[in-house]
Amino acid sequence: MKHLIALLALALSTPLAAQDSLPPAPYAYNQLEDPALEEQARELMLTLRCLKCQSQSIADSDAPMAGDMRHQVRTRLAAGETPDQIRLWLIERYGDYVSYEPRVTASTWPLFVIPFVLLLIAGLIIRGRLVARGKPEGGAAG
Amino acid sequence: MKRLRIFLWGLVGVAMFLFGLFAYQLTQPKDEFVESAMIGEKIPPFDLRAAVEDRPGLASADLANGQAKLVNIFASWCVPCRAEAPHLETLRESGAEIVGVAIRDRPEDVARFLAVYGNPFTRIGADDISEVQLSIGSSGVPETFVVDGNGVITYQHIGDIRADDVPVILEKLREAGA
Amino acid sequence: MIAEFGLVALWLAAALAGLQLFAGFMGLREGGEGIAVLARPAALVQALLCGVSFFTLLWLFARTDLSVALVASNSHSAKPLIFKLSGAWGNHEGSMLLWVTVMALAGGLIAFIERRLPEKTMLATLGAQAFVALGFYAFLLFSSNPFERLAVAPVEGNGLNPLLQDIGLAFHPPTLYFGYVGLSVAFSFVVGALLTRQVTPDFARVMRPWVLGAWCLLTIGITAGSYWAYYELGWGGWWFWDPVENASLMPWLAATALLHSVSVLAARDALRAWTVMLGVVAFSMSMVGTFLVRSGILTSVHAFAVDPERGSFILALLALNIGGALAIFATRAGTVAEGERFSVFSREGALVINNVALSAILGIVLLGTLYPLLTEAFDVRVSVGPPYFNPVGAIFLFPMLIVLAIGPILRWRGDSFARIRMPVLVLGGLLLVAMVALWAITGIGILPLLGLALALVVAVGSILPLRGRSVRRLPVAVWGMVIAHFGVAVTLFGMASDTAFQQERLVAANIGDVVEVGPWTAQLEAVSPVAGPNWTAIEARLSLRYEGQEVAEANPQARSFWSPPTETSEVALTTRWNGQLYTALGNQAEDGRWQLRLWWKPFVTWIWYGGLLIALGGALALVGRVVGDIRRRVAGRKIVDRKADEAAIAAGSGS
Repeated sequence: MKHLIALLALALSTPLAAQDSLPPAPYAYNQLEDPALEEQARELMLTLRCLKCQSQSIADSDAPMAGDMRHQVRTRLAAGETPDQIRLWLIERYGDYVSYEPRVTASTWPLFVIPFVLLLIAGLIIRGRLVARGKPEGGAAG
Repeated sequence: MKRLRIFLWGLVGVAMFLFGLFAYQLTQPKDEFVESAMIGEKIPPFDLRAAVEDRPGLASADLANGQAKLVNIFASWCVPCRAEAPHLETLRESGAEIVGVAIRDRPEDVARFLAVYGNPFTRIGADDISEVQLSIGSSGVPETFVVDGNGVITYQHIGDIRADDVPVILEKLREAGA
Repeated sequence: MIAEFGLVALWLAAALAGLQLFAGFMGLREGGEGIAVLARPAALVQALLCGVSFFTLLWLFARTDLSVALVASNSHSAKPLIFKLSGAWGNHEGSMLLWVTVMALAGGLIAFIERRLPEKTMLATLGAQAFVALGFYAFLLFSSNPFERLAVAPVEGNGLNPLLQDIGLAFHPPTLYFGYVGLSVAFSFVVGALLTRQVTPDFARVMRPWVLGAWCLLTIGITAGSYWAYYELGWGGWWFWDPVENASLMPWLAATALLHSVSVLAARDALRAWTVMLGVVAFSMSMVGTFLVRSGILTSVHAFAVDPERGSFILALLALNIGGALAIFATRAGTVAEGERFSVFSREGALVINNVALSAILGIVLLGTLYPLLTEAFDVRVSVGPPYFNPVGAIFLFPMLIVLAIGPILRWRGDSFARIRMPVLVLGGLLLVAMVALWAITGIGILPLLGLALALVVAVGSILPLRGRSVRRLPVAVWGMVIAHFGVAVTLFGMASDTAFQQERLVAANIGDVVEVGPWTAQLEAVSPVAGPNWTAIEARLSLRYEGQEVAEANPQARSFWSPPTETSEVALTTRWNGQLYTALGNQAEDGRWQLRLWWKPFVTWIWYGGLLIALGGALALVGRVVGDIRRRVAGRKIVDRKADEAAIAAGSGS
């Protein structure tokens, strides 16, 4: 795993030639004054996907675009938007791909149903044990 | 025992389904691009200052002036942008109006870039914090959007424009009413 | 010449694997005894040849023989020797050769020492092992030949990537591979036992050390990988639910369940079907993980060696091995006889709940990891990340932890609640008090709150099996269990407390500025350039005070390598017993101020200490079991000797 993350890091570490020259956006690397808002910002940023990187949240990335996205998150929070509104704003632009928090939609409902099915199966297996006690025929998973 | 057998065949089924999915995905080309979800939507309001001295800046109002256009997202530090410059020139010669959005760029760098690779743009807005880029669902440079006369995005081209993309883009521009 | 020598050895090893397969399965038939005697020697010689082949590759890398394609693209004459050697397995072909070598060595070992099982079961096991190995030989020889020559040898090799010259990186992948191989041996035993209908406690005892060893290595691998990501990626995260991480977690989850299941089978002759199923699932998860990582079909894994051809090869092996094993199991489900009976309220009952919960968590990780792949088939792209995995996993994890706290004090077979009422009440009270106290005092989120409270309960519960027992007479394996369970509590505590209490400061600082984060104050003393062998860096000097006391200095760097040109952030970690201060240096702003990122991460190190404790517990259990086995064997021999003596005496007195 580490091996691959190294290579991943390698792929992400920016080649010098393609570096842009502008300083980062004001709130890319600066926190909001209000600790409560900053806490909200951090929680939100950890669940938004950096679009330029492979599989990193914007809170974990040095890519300039991730910085610009952090700036958007912080300024919008400071302007009074809620984290959910900001998430939705990004989903409207990039689709569900941008959010690590899947919504329940026509294409994602199995993600939420299957855990319950698993819970049900787990319950059945354990109950099978309970009922099977004393009977000659045993629990299936024994 | 019977329940166990059913359960196991179920497991075999799940495994076969997964292997099938893996096999299918192996044959599919990997989609590296994140497409904008803003196709068919109106470009949100913005107003960018001019990126260079000899072209005006860009505002959303300029995109809703009745004329369909290409919006090219570019930057002087972006290598593929250099490769696509001649094709943008071809598009301009074919009658397309092209406006530019320069991402995270200094005026002198943009000016130098345009001096070397040509300037097909009628307007260039400077987007220093990727604000416009984020608001239209673009995730990299270069990208090119077709916008109709009402400021509605009708098409997105991701990556640099190659020679064989030119007719496609012209066609999309015509469909948008240019 | 040397490369060809290695290749020939590899071909011969593959041929012997073929022989082992043939001898193993033909030997199962009536009258197959003649051929059956070849199976064990074939495994032994195969191990030897594979070892020779791998040693040859090491030799080629040590000498930097650039006429070999693999060496030319992965090594460089200017590398230190240790990294030349580790370069031998730091690539696709070499790592696959390492894999089959370890597999062959494991096969040789069981062929050489393992005499406890019925001979037919051993033959079937060796046959299955050869079958799995043959797949990998074919993979190596037909699509990833490590000994391929270049027509023209280059003047210098390509592989001087400084980022990959890291001692941890050199030994991390082999750790995971050895774990996977251990699971493949367990898989072979399972297939052997299934084919000969010998799912018995003896089979479990023979398989257990392999499962334990594999599990320890996987635990170490995951722990090390997590720590590495933590300090290398520069943002203080230690688990991202990235597909590559999940690929290493899934075999671990299955192995954990298998480990517990196999112990029940060994001790009580119960959970037969569970053990067989988990044995198959554990190995399939290691292959699925390898497939996901190597084929590059998931985003993130876009790292290296991404090659659809290799992907399809692994997929074919996966379908053959796993599909085959599951199908055999399903058709023979009726012959895996029902094991010993037990009540729900018993040690076995608790372990069934453990198995079910771990399997469910495995199912969720698998689902969340692969779901984006499924929707992509319909051109819909979604991301599944921490906001999904954390709460959904917790649904199963938290009940399991409660069972973990009381399970070890339950009796086998059946127990009464009255007997353990006291400890259960104490643990329940502890949980309640801890939750209420944390809720009242801190106001942290529900998951970290439950995590902290359960860490306490698990910690207390894990040492309960020591109560009323003589510490000196306690078997080593029980110590292993206690330590591993305590390690779970330590890890959980580290995770929950870092999540709940970490503090972050991102600032732009001038020289002389003071930054406060948690109990720390850091003053930026200086920023100066430094140079290393293949990099230059800007290094910050921060003097740190903990609660007003001057304690240390931190020197985070922003490093630039020139070949290939890359920039990395070298963070500085200041460790105390109660956590780590994590500092990183960013860029200089136009106004001359420096970007500093500081995190105070309370008890974050406990995550990895806990991981090491878990692995240590596993290692102790392994030692305890192996020593026990050897003692039993010696004792068995003594009994045989004594019987022989007695017979001799009887015969002598009789004459």
